[in-house]
Amino acid sequence: MQKSLFEMCNVEISYNGESVVHDVSLKLKPSEILGIVGESGSGKSTLIKAAMGLLGNYGEISKGDIFYKENNLLNIKPEALRKMRGPEMGMIFQNCASALCPIRTIGNQLYEMMVQHNQRNKKEIMNMAIDLFQKMNLDGRRILESYPFELSGGMNQRVGIVMAMMLKPNLLFADEPTSDLDVIAQAQVVDVLIKLRNEFGTAIIIVTHNIGLVSYMADKVAVMRQGHFVEYGDVKDVIYNPREDYTKRLIEVVPKIRKE
Amino acid sequence: MDSVLEVKDINKSYISRRKKIQAVKGVSFQIYKGECVGLIGESGCGKSTIAKMIARLEAVDSGKIFLDGNDITNARGRTLREVYKLVQMVFQAPAESFNPRFKLGEGIMESIINQGISRRKAKVRVGEYLEMCGLTKEFADRYPHEVSGGECQRASIARAIAIKPKLLICDEATSALDVTVQAQILKLMGQLKKEMDMTYLLISHDIALVQEICDRVLVMYQGQVIEEGTPNEIIMNPQHEYTKKMIDAVFEISL
Repeated sequence: MQKSLFEMCNVEISYNGESVVHDVSLKLKPSEILGIVGESGSGKSTLIKAAMGLLGNYGEISKGDIFYKENNLLNIKPEALRKMRGPEMGMIFQNCASALCPIRTIGNQLYEMMVQHNQRNKKEIMNMAIDLFQKMNLDGRRILESYPFELSGGMNQRVGIVMAMMLKPNLLFADEPTSDLDVIAQAQVVDVLIKLRNEFGTAIIIVTHNIGLVSYMADKVAVMRQGHFVEYGDVKDVIYNPREDYTKRLIEVVPKIRKE
Repeated sequence: MDSVLEVKDINKSYISRRKKIQAVKGVSFQIYKGECVGLIGESGCGKSTIAKMIARLEAVDSGKIFLDGNDITNARGRTLREVYKLVQMVFQAPAESFNPRFKLGEGIMESIINQGISRRKAKVRVGEYLEMCGLTKEFADRYPHEVSGGECQRASIARAIAIKPKLLICDEATSALDVTVQAQILKLMGQLKKEMDMTYLLISHDIALVQEICDRVLVMYQGQVIEEGTPNEIIMNPQHEYTKKMIDAVFEISL
C-alpha cells in the first residue's frame, strides 16, 4: 500500500469560535486527484485554506490534525510553512487577478516568484512559462509583457495557474480554477492539470461546482454541505451511483447537453 | 411575428496598443417577441460588446440597431432615456451591480420613481417584484453584502423587470452562481417569459444551459456570428469547426 501524501483527520474549523467545517477526514496519495463539490458557503474553500495555513486572524483549526508527508502541519512554524508553500504545496486561487500586483508586468512577477524559490536562470524560466501558456492557447510572450489590467479575467486566471505550476508542487490546491473560463479554455486548463499529474506525480485537490469536470478528471470526490462531507468516495461510486439524496439532487440540477 | 430587436450589420473596433482590434464584425440578427435567444462563444469573442451596444452603453462604428422598429443607433436625449427603459441588463456579478451603500430596495425603486411614481407606491411595487422573483419584501431593507449571491441576483432581476422592459439582456447572469441557485434563476426566467412574455438575449458559454432555456442560438467566433439555429440543431449538427470544438469541450456527466 502506498503511503499517503496528505491527510486530514477529524478536522473542525472555526471562524470567531463558531465552527463552519465539522469532522472532516480525507486522505490523498501522490498523483491522486480529489474533487470537492458543493454549494457556495458549504466550506469547500475554507477547507483548503486551512490546509495551506491561510485562514487569517479569525479562523482556526479547532480540532483534528492535518498531515503532509507525515508532518503535522499544525505544529510547523509559520516561517517553515512559508517555505513549503509553492514547491511543496501550491495553490490556484479563485480570483487570480486580485493576487497579482497591478503595477508590475506578469513576467516581472513570475521571475520574482522563481527567485524567491532559488531559481535564477531567467531565460529558462521565461521559456518554461511561454511553453505552459502555449499549452493553454495563449501567446506567452505577450502575456509576460503585459500588466494584469491589460488581460482578461480568463487570461489572468491562467497566469495564476502557470505560476502555481512553475514550481511543480507535490500537492496542488485549486479553488474554482476554471469558473471564469469559457468551455474551451476550461478543457485546456484541465488537460494541463492532468499532464502535471502524469508527468510530475502532483496530487491535486480541486474545489469546484462543475460536477462534469470532477467526473472527468478526479479519482475521488467529496460532496460537501454545511461543513460536512455528505458523501466521499471513488468518482464512479459517488457520481454514477449516489447514495445520498443531496448528491442526487446536486447532480440532477446540472444542465446537461442532450444530443438525442 | 413582431421583431423586438433588429441588429443590422453592426461593427465595433477598439484601439489597443496602437493596434486596431475589430471586436464585432458585420453582425446581424433579429429577436422576436417572447423569444429567448442565446449568444454563445469563447471569452473575448465580442458577446458583451454586442450587449453593450444594444443597451446603448457603447456606440457602434457602423450599422443600425432597431428596437420595436425604431432606429435607436444614434438616439439622444429623451429618446435615449426611453431606450434605457426598454432595454435592461442583468450582469454577471450581482453584488457589484448594486450600490453597496444603498439598500436593495432603494436600488430597485430608483427606476420606478424615475417614471414619476410616488415613493410610497414605488415601495409597494418593489415588494411585489421581489416576491415575483422568489424573495420576500423584507429583502428591500437589506444591503447587497447582507444577502447571498443567488438572492442578490434575484434582486437584480427584480430591478431589471421593475420598469417593464421590452428586452432583458442577461450577460452571464448565472455563471457566478452555483448549480442549485442557477437552476432556481433559470426557473424564474422561464416563469417571467411565460407570465410577462419577456424577450431575452442570454449571453453564456454554457451550451447545456442554453439548450435548456433558449429558443434560438447564435454562435459567435472572433467577432462574427458563424452559426445560427435552434439549440438542438446546433448541438446535434454543428456546421462550423469551432462550434464542434466548443461542444466537445464540455465535461459531461455521462449517466
